[in-house]
Amino acid sequence: MPETKPVLMQGNEACALGAISAGVRFYAGYPITPSTEIAEHMAEKLPDLGGVFIQMEDEIASMAAIIGASIGGMRTLTATSGPGFSLKQENIGYAIMAEIPCVVVNVQRMGPSTGVPTAPAQGDVMQARWGTHGDHPIIVFSPASVYETYYLTIAAVNLSQKLRQPVIILLDEVIGHMREKVLIPEAGKLLVEKASDLVPSDWKPYDEKGLTPLVPFGFGHYYHVTGLFHDQYGFPTGDPPQVERALDRLHHKLEKNRDEIILTNYIGHKEPRVAIVTYGCTVRSARAVVTKAYWQNRLPVGLLSLQTIWPFPAREIEALAKQVDVIIVPEMNMGQIVGEVERYARGQAEVIPLNRYDGEMINPDQIYEQMGRWLS
Amino acid sequence: MENRQEILLTGAGGQGLILASIVLAEAAVNDNKNVVQTQSYGPEARGGASMAGVIIDIDTIEYPEVTRPAVLLCMNQASFNKYLPKIEPGCTVIVDSTFVSGPFHKDYKVQSFPITRMAKEKLGRDVVANMLALGVINAATGIVNRDIFRESIFKLAPRGSGELNQQAFDLGYHLYEEGPGQDVGISVQTPQ
Amino acid sequence: MALIEHLTQEYLRTKKLPHIWCPGCGNGIVTAALIRAIERTGYDQRDVVIVSGIGCSSRAAGYLNFNTLHTTHGRALAFATGLKMARPELKLFVIMGDGDCSAIGGNHFIHAARRNIDLNAVIINNHIYGMTGGQHSPLTPTGMKATTAPRGTLERPFDLLVLARGAGATFAARGIAAQPRQLEQLIVRGATHKGFSVVEALSPCPIAYGRRNKLGGAVEMLRSMKDSSISVERAAETEDAELKDKTITGVIYSFDAPEYAEEYYRSISDNKG
Repeated sequence: MPETKPVLMQGNEACALGAISAGVRFYAGYPITPSTEIAEHMAEKLPDLGGVFIQMEDEIASMAAIIGASIGGMRTLTATSGPGFSLKQENIGYAIMAEIPCVVVNVQRMGPSTGVPTAPAQGDVMQARWGTHGDHPIIVFSPASVYETYYLTIAAVNLSQKLRQPVIILLDEVIGHMREKVLIPEAGKLLVEKASDLVPSDWKPYDEKGLTPLVPFGFGHYYHVTGLFHDQYGFPTGDPPQVERALDRLHHKLEKNRDEIILTNYIGHKEPRVAIVTYGCTVRSARAVVTKAYWQNRLPVGLLSLQTIWPFPAREIEALAKQVDVIIVPEMNMGQIVGEVERYARGQAEVIPLNRYDGEMINPDQIYEQMGRWLS
Repeated sequence: MENRQEILLTGAGGQGLILASIVLAEAAVNDNKNVVQTQSYGPEARGGASMAGVIIDIDTIEYPEVTRPAVLLCMNQASFNKYLPKIEPGCTVIVDSTFVSGPFHKDYKVQSFPITRMAKEKLGRDVVANMLALGVINAATGIVNRDIFRESIFKLAPRGSGELNQQAFDLGYHLYEEGPGQDVGISVQTPQ
Repeated sequence: MALIEHLTQEYLRTKKLPHIWCPGCGNGIVTAALIRAIERTGYDQRDVVIVSGIGCSSRAAGYLNFNTLHTTHGRALAFATGLKMARPELKLFVIMGDGDCSAIGGNHFIHAARRNIDLNAVIINNHIYGMTGGQHSPLTPTGMKATTAPRGTLERPFDLLVLARGAGATFAARGIAAQPRQLEQLIVRGATHKGFSVVEALSPCPIAYGRRNKLGGAVEMLRSMKDSSISVERAAETEDAELKDKTITGVIYSFDAPEYAEEYYRSISDNKG
């Protein structure tokens, strides 16, 4: 095990360091509050590791550049906030379609539009799911602490590589900007995995038999990369059976690896009557409540926190709904994940939204008050 | 929950409050405590309102925002006017008399020190007022071990300014220890 | 003929033919010039990357047997910038159309020029959006008709090479589909130039542009293209008044400046020192 020592670290910094620990050596970005610290850390650290930092002319170009670098064999990441996340969407779809690994961080701020750049919100949950057009799969993580930010960034890079699939880290302003004590391995100088041409001679970039590793450009495999529907060599096709197979392929690879993708955490009573389901910084408020209500007062309550919000942890919600009377879903938006919770609760439990959208965190008292109504 | 101590540092942008909060948080980490540091500020790099919160606990810190500060530092009049009504009795309020003239409410224990003026007069640099304020706070509360705090200040200070910043911190202790007196402008108001 | 067979075998994905281009389209001529140019550079096929955007001309990438990257509309240069920075040893040719490069991709175009990153841009300029059926582009001459300018466009076109110069490009050339050998030479010169190179290739689109503007068929369009062009050398000896409606072909400018990828990697190895 690498040595660990406690340090004070900001969420955005933890994201940058997690990326570096996972072998990310290419960052392209554009300045935007409240994500800029990620770019600044990358600009500081990547050159010494032989990596590339480039500030691009806009958000669209940043997204394009990381895809280009990934095709060159590097592990890549970009970070932005709401307005920039909107601009990146088309190329996120491209990476999904062309199966190019990359990680996109969105440090959410209050929207819509320019909104309140320094105020926290969780309004981009549905955008992260459906921001790019077409019927695409997506993986989205939502860290609740500086520590989780570090480890989920590593997980995002690794999953993205394994599945040849973009992974989104949906941070929020609270987690991105706050500093807390964390125990993480001392920053080591990991070696970048060198691009390899050690693949079977019948290697196909989009093999119908299953997922193959991405062979970077420059190794004599003259395949085609396109955002068009394509055959197993990457060449455009509009043939209905091939189109259907290609779309199934994109979705199936996530379904097959569901257990590795879906990360949730339950704390609280073994037989809860009231459960909280939430994600991101709101988990912190919910944990404060459950700590008090369960650990101190032994009330039948629990918290299911979602580190993965997309693909939605449907089975976990189904199981929880069978156990409890009520599920409270606090979110710093007008109600986004609550619709999914309701869908998979399938009427087994009452699902209560708890929303706040004034640029302030939901505080524990708000959750406690709502929970109290269902316990009395 | 009772181990949780919340410190709120308020003032204007450019007074170094966010840096002060980071130094305090780092010192607490070095003192083996759990810490969360948060901040909020306007779009201005200088001027405008600045606020930073530090939560220190020996237990895990869940909710990261400051709700019931044990210590409130006000480095300008606007922040004093804004935050004083929000605190609970029993909170230690430390104000910089260079910029804050009251009114001191009888319900709160407000301790006023000429923080920025002393930084300028004794050390020749008003930019170290933030470290001086930390000295006053730590002297008043003993939140972090003093030696560890001094070491942390040295480590985080810009190259070449470690000793100056430590001097400012020590001067804060000195101001606090001198206690109320007309010469340093301390006015203490306690609840009835 | 042996050379043509060799080039066809090695560098064309013949199974992907026939191509999608209309009869009389100049894209094939420009693509052939590009293939011959790549052969003449002597680059290892493994190192050659064709990046393209979206549009008729960008479909060329699919027919070429190299590492081929068909990106999103307007973004080819931004993808190429990332790839070049990750793998500076690769030789990147970026094929774009006039709308792709100068409208939706205009920002990436000027910034690639500003960085002077070693990408070889080949812009096939047919003055029209062909794939979507004939809308005017920033390179459509004033007064010419398009489906979205039925009375003739009022807009003034860019001079792409002047634009590139203003943005910091260090090499620019213009060729025409009517003179494919010259075009081939210009692409070779652009490729061997260190830094961002721009080769604008004027190309006929008889279907979506020529027909609507009564410019005749492909042959007429190629002929008038040739008749109205003048080489940069001859232009230098010609009165300005006579050059008014002429298309100047050849290397318009070429000079040395630090190349971005090389500078970047040098700077990080210096720092490590």
